Amino acid sequence: MIKLIKISKSFNSQKVLDELDLNIDPEKITVIIGQSGGGKSVLLKHIIGLIRPDSGQIIIDKIDITNLNDKKLNEVRKKFGMLFQDAALFDSMTVGENVAFPLNEHTRLSRKEINKIVNEKLNLVGLENVIHKMPSELSGGMRKRVGLARAIALDPKIVLFDEPTTGLDPIMRESVDELIVATQKRTKATFVIISHDIESTFTIAHKVAMLYQGKIVAVGTPDEIRSSNNSFVKRFIRDLRI
Amino acid sequence: MIRFLEFAGRPLVFFIEECGRIMLLLLSTISWMFRPPFRFRVIFKQMEFVGVNSVGVVLITGAFTGMVLALQTYHGFKMFGGESLVGSTLALAMTRELGPVFTALMVTGRVGSAMAAELGTMKVTEQIDALNTMSVNPIQYLVMPRIIAAILMLPVLTIISDFVGIVGGYFVGVNLLKINSGIFIAKIIDIVDLDDIFNGLIKAAFFGLILSLVGCYKGIYTIGGAEGVGRATTQSVVLSSILIFISDYFLTAVMF
Repeated sequence: MIKLIKISKSFNSQKVLDELDLNIDPEKITVIIGQSGGGKSVLLKHIIGLIRPDSGQIIIDKIDITNLNDKKLNEVRKKFGMLFQDAALFDSMTVGENVAFPLNEHTRLSRKEINKIVNEKLNLVGLENVIHKMPSELSGGMRKRVGLARAIALDPKIVLFDEPTTGLDPIMRESVDELIVATQKRTKATFVIISHDIESTFTIAHKVAMLYQGKIVAVGTPDEIRSSNNSFVKRFIRDLRI
Repeated sequence: MIRFLEFAGRPLVFFIEECGRIMLLLLSTISWMFRPPFRFRVIFKQMEFVGVNSVGVVLITGAFTGMVLALQTYHGFKMFGGESLVGSTLALAMTRELGPVFTALMVTGRVGSAMAAELGTMKVTEQIDALNTMSVNPIQYLVMPRIIAAILMLPVLTIISDFVGIVGGYFVGVNLLKINSGIFIAKIIDIVDLDDIFNGLIKAAFFGLILSLVGCYKGIYTIGGAEGVGRATTQSVVLSSILIFISDYFLTAVMF
């Protein structure tokens, strides 16, 4: 479904991605882990076309998006939903308007139908009675839930998550993890998550890819990664657990 | 010597680069103007923000500009017995220069800075990236409505400013300085052409383009968190004001 082939990207002579290869399976949860500042967010933004690579190819559903123009890229992006690290909710809109935004933009549904979907999605992420609140009135965890509701409003085939549990307390982190697993089961979408939270990763991932120095250095199920003999992988897991 | 020239020329190169990027944003905005979807609601909302919400500020500045101008010109003209020219001088100054320029400067302070701050905050909190991921072009959704609103509303605000400025001047001239009311009005009708008013309004529309384009440009290219937003806001006001004064000179030279 998603194929990254020999992707390279540099910013001001600093190489962030270095001929990176990765295949992401459809209808599974793939977690890309790596150190902070290691290029995970850059990688995620390549997948949705927010950043273009210096070289290499990005294939989404058999479409090469690497050099697509804005119009065609926007068509491909309709397959995506994305949850940003701080949710990136629109400050000037209520929670309901935020979740309704993609529906208003890309469907011809009536207001009544849109309201029904908005309520459904908010219920799905465990939020009720917040529809008229402004994002500034919500806690960090609630904002992420609203961000997820907005990301899945159009029932996308692929949902991207940028550090979904960063900045949350352990209880809220567990709750967001459970929500991600439950939502994926229900929607059968492809979830791609970037994280440096090793505990969460092993809880929710079907597949784990490890990013180091601009390359994917290990890929496998959580068990395969845990039992890997690769010295770097071992050190990485141990260091992040500390 | 070469090093000195490099050092001295750096701000000039930066200024030219900045103007180039602003022009590219303008071209991109124009290209998005003719592509669906046409979000009239967003444009009307911006027109309310730029226009309706600025009326109070424009009323006050316009009225007092006219009043002080009447006061100053009266003392000047009195020296050679030309008090009867106060009304026409005031009306010409308001319609040609002070109405458009002062309105544009006030709206730059109130609206241009708000545009830079709002879009800058959206940029640093990834809301603009979020728009992109939802297949909504930020230039079409955020920049284009603001520019259209400013181009349409600045002339309207300028008409208000011209009117209250002349009324304010009339009040000071006729009621306080005892200029004959009939002469005051007759001289305005005699000397001020419709072209003076229209050219002033064209200037206003152009200033609207400048302040919204610069505000949006500074906003969507903000980097560096809260500090960056503050910097973008200040820079947008300074750059817009400078460009308004510079373009005012050239527009005046061409038009009048």
